[in-house]
Amino acid sequence: MEQIQTPHGVPLKKQIARALFKQKVRALLLIAPLLIFILITFVIPITDMLLRSIDNSIVSDTLPQTTTVLETWDASTGELPDEAAFAALYHDLKQAIEQKNHTKLGTRLNYESSGMSSLFRKVGKDVSKMQEGISYKEQFIAADKLWGNLKTWTLLKVYSPKYTNGYFLAAIDMKKTADGAEMLPASERIYLNLFARTLFMSLVITGLCLVLGYPIAWLLANLPMRTSNLLMILVLLPFWTSLLVRTSAWKVLLQQQGVINDILVWLGVVSNTGRLELINNQFGTLVAMTHILLPFMILPLYSVMRTIPPAYMRAAKSLGATDWTAFWRVYFPQTIAGIGAGAILTFILAIGYYITPELVGGTQGTFISNRIAYHISSSLNWGLAAALGTILLTLVLVLYWVYDKIVGIDKVKLG
Amino acid sequence: MSQTQGTQPFVLFDNVQKSYDGITLVVKSFNLGIDKGEFITLLGPSGSGKTTCLMMLAGFETATHGDIFLDGRSINNIPPHKRGIGMVFQNYALFPHMTVAENLAFPLEVRGFSKAEREDKVRKVLDMVQMDKFGGRRPAQLSGGQQQRIALARALVFEPSLVLMDEPLGALDKQLREHMQFEIKHLHEKLGITVVYVTHDQSEALTMSDRIAVFNDGIVQQLAKPADLYERPTNAFVAQFIGENNKLKGRVKTLTGDTALVEFADGQQAEALAVNCKGVGQPTLCSIRPERVRIGSQASLYATEGQVIELIYLGDHIRCRMSVYGDDSFIVKIPNAGDGTMLSVGQTIKVGWDKNDCRALDA
Amino acid sequence: MIAAPWMRDSLESFISLGIPFTERNMKLKPIFAAVSIATFSSALLAADMAKEMTVVSWGGAYSNSQLKAYHEPYMAANAGFKIINDESSNEAVAKLRAMAEAKNITWDLVDVEGPDSQRLCDEGLAMEMDFDKDLAAGTDGSTPTKDFGASLINKCFIPQIVFSTTFGYRTDVADWNGKKPEDLCAVFDTKTFPGKRSLEKRPKKNLEWALLCDGVEKEKLYEVLSTPEGVDKALAKLDTIKKDVVWWSAGAETPQLLADKEVVIGSTYNGRLFDVIEEKKQPVAMLWDYQIFDFDGWVVPANLPEDRKARVLDFLKFATDTQRLADQAKYISYGPARASSQPLVGKHATLGIEMAPHMPSNPENAKRFLVNNIEWWSNNEDEMNKKFEAWLAK
Repeated sequence: MEQIQTPHGVPLKKQIARALFKQKVRALLLIAPLLIFILITFVIPITDMLLRSIDNSIVSDTLPQTTTVLETWDASTGELPDEAAFAALYHDLKQAIEQKNHTKLGTRLNYESSGMSSLFRKVGKDVSKMQEGISYKEQFIAADKLWGNLKTWTLLKVYSPKYTNGYFLAAIDMKKTADGAEMLPASERIYLNLFARTLFMSLVITGLCLVLGYPIAWLLANLPMRTSNLLMILVLLPFWTSLLVRTSAWKVLLQQQGVINDILVWLGVVSNTGRLELINNQFGTLVAMTHILLPFMILPLYSVMRTIPPAYMRAAKSLGATDWTAFWRVYFPQTIAGIGAGAILTFILAIGYYITPELVGGTQGTFISNRIAYHISSSLNWGLAAALGTILLTLVLVLYWVYDKIVGIDKVKLG
Repeated sequence: MSQTQGTQPFVLFDNVQKSYDGITLVVKSFNLGIDKGEFITLLGPSGSGKTTCLMMLAGFETATHGDIFLDGRSINNIPPHKRGIGMVFQNYALFPHMTVAENLAFPLEVRGFSKAEREDKVRKVLDMVQMDKFGGRRPAQLSGGQQQRIALARALVFEPSLVLMDEPLGALDKQLREHMQFEIKHLHEKLGITVVYVTHDQSEALTMSDRIAVFNDGIVQQLAKPADLYERPTNAFVAQFIGENNKLKGRVKTLTGDTALVEFADGQQAEALAVNCKGVGQPTLCSIRPERVRIGSQASLYATEGQVIELIYLGDHIRCRMSVYGDDSFIVKIPNAGDGTMLSVGQTIKVGWDKNDCRALDA
Repeated sequence: MIAAPWMRDSLESFISLGIPFTERNMKLKPIFAAVSIATFSSALLAADMAKEMTVVSWGGAYSNSQLKAYHEPYMAANAGFKIINDESSNEAVAKLRAMAEAKNITWDLVDVEGPDSQRLCDEGLAMEMDFDKDLAAGTDGSTPTKDFGASLINKCFIPQIVFSTTFGYRTDVADWNGKKPEDLCAVFDTKTFPGKRSLEKRPKKNLEWALLCDGVEKEKLYEVLSTPEGVDKALAKLDTIKKDVVWWSAGAETPQLLADKEVVIGSTYNGRLFDVIEEKKQPVAMLWDYQIFDFDGWVVPANLPEDRKARVLDFLKFATDTQRLADQAKYISYGPARASSQPLVGKHATLGIEMAPHMPSNPENAKRFLVNNIEWWSNNEDEMNKKFEAWLAK
């Protein structure tokens, strides 16, 4: 095809590109604040999290010579490494102690094996007493028997590489050993169970929100303006109350000496000694979280329902459909977009929740996020927290993908 | 009207009233009998109560007072889906999540027709509205006129004997609207169904209807055939609402038989057909259609003088505004017969009409 | 996903509503966000830093006791100097680590519990002290090292108080037929003392108590706990009361649960129980048997600029002297960490009651006790946590 040119002989395409360039630059400048904001508050932390979940450079950075020597050592022989490894360890540790890095490494390795924390804390004093010329191997083992334990050296070797899948294995109740990954004993498995529970309960909460929210959204969309405005305020009211106050209010209502049990006892439904356990279990979490997330279901449903003219229902009825058939065949299918949006919103919010489960969940109603929070602020095992977070993020993305395949994300609408 | 009567109409509104708020009546004492196969139009400005009447017939509104009979049975307590009435809605109300074929099969499905029967009927009705190629499309992929036909087909597919249409052509452009008017009319004739049609467009009503009920202010002002409605309006509202109309204000001087002598504002007097005037000395409004006015040499009887104020050339005719009996907005339509009748503004000319074309109505 | 900003807002309003929310393990504030906030505030205040000092503590009644006993006298003596209070001690370790990673330390002095100080010291996040040089000698002439004695658990930790985790019980339980719990094992005796108990939702302390009531001698506790069988044994003992336990994660919960009659007996910090018994006048009594001692004290963040470091050390010398530590006991029922302060403990500032009998270290209260084994727990907490969580979920 012949290229069209402007009267000045410039190809038209080039001319258009030139004209549009200014517009593009301006558009970019306009969105720049948001772009930078997202980059700083979203992309960087998430990348950081992903990196943290595999980063293991602390071992080889603190013990560079030792890890090099250990490369040639085969743990499966059942023999301790030779003198060279111990000598390397001595030199590495001397350096590390000067920079006060040895206890940090101890903390890191203690995540994998109990006892490493005090072993490395103690080694500070031990190394300063060691003499050159005598076998380091003997001196280390004399200082602490753990240095003569194959497990200690296997641990060092397994965690020598700069990157590790150890955190991810830990996040799915597995453990890294010299022979590869293996499951933890049943008495120490917690995360898979928690992931399953988090997913299951989030689904139940989403379902409850849908069942409770659908009629309310319908009322909102169909009542006269004045009444529906009042109802809307009632729906939004919880948003204006602090989350913790709301959760605490549920405590007051649901606890054994609480309002609901008092009423049930008064009515004679339950005996005073047989008060129901409504909180500090899964039920408590379900109730409190459904309450908190309900508006996130109602609002998208409402905005979709508002766009459905009443004529459809009338048309269906005039064509011979009963109220139920008219609803199920004509009204309901048109609200699927709202259900999709509400369900995604509620589910994703539910899956990452942790304050409410922490306060009312007891032992059976806590979520994976509660463990993430624990590792962030209490155990300081950020690598594991990052791995758990990454898995959670992946789970959400996979579910989103599945949702897209089944329902179609283009069908989701918020209004 | 009594319901025991042997020749009771197919649809009967018996003294029906409707109020939403308990204070004002939207429909005041509505009586109407519709015969089988008739095309009846409820015509009126918005808020006149015509749509409410339709909705009561369809079952979406309940009458505050009175009964509605369908085929001899009172249907007040029958839910809409059991009334078996087809309905076409203002914006078609085609279900957006179903294809055209699914939309059409819907009423058959809920009535328990087999799949084969459904397919057969859907194909036939698509043929009927000349949309046989569009069964697999979604309503959103159709043009307004095509959607209109499908809506019509859907209301007809389950073969109801009564079809209600609520301003079905309101969303179409003028040309399409006129085309659809004929199509609906033809379908009505072909299928022999009874149609109750609601519109605020008088030309639509005149084109299509067997009879027209003109609504205003919650009551039927006149129920008549289109020609009667136009030619012989019984009150000022109808005269004014249907077609163009000159209104000459005056007072009844004498009343002899069906002839009233009316004195106009400028003191001149003229005879008119007494249709709806209260009595001697009462104010009246004389209604004359612009095309019934004759000028110049053609103006024979009841002639007076008129002064030309404005002339508008409209191709097939010339619209002439003049001052007659002291009224400056008197319109005369002069056919463009090519006979060289040339008027000029300011000219005074003789104006006249047949006595029976000047109807003395209520003021 | 965790760090939704509106959650943080709710937290703030929760605190401002006056509901106690200051205990450790209520680690809800997202730390990353907090770090960035801290970064901004430091930039604003950089000009007159030496005139100001940010002190981090637990908030509530505890911070108030420090304000009255340390901050106000110190500010009175140093005109123009200001102390900024931060109530983030419950997440101090995580925040300090985040600050160190961001290379922007905005805190000058942080109040933490003993085990946390160990962690901070190991991670190189807290400054190592020279106690005899940095702290004031006792009024009886003893060196700081001697005066503080066993409470000096590591090089970074400057002790202030001794507190204990112990039990409180309701004195009006009809089902108990007039019996009163007299020793720790009443907690595990649901026959004689039926009703719900509240325990902290973590293995520490609960495992020890369980073993003690399962016949393990105090001296052999950690030896037994170091074996898998020992842990199973402790969990098996806890199993006997598992269905009767309400698990808490904030120290304020047990007093509330006791007051609401939700539980009949529960563990928490002794100061919390003092508050419920003496100030709120609830029908609750102390069960001091096998209380577990912990220390709470200061750490100085590592790598402070010289001018700020000098200020902090000056303040510390003043705030940890014999009189100041004794003064703090006027406002809260925690014992001073210095031996030389003990005789100076007087009456409560508002209630006017003698504080000595309410101190955990009072001989009458400390007939049988444990001291938090920081070393053992620093090695084993992760593993115990996994086992405990797995057991909880069963």
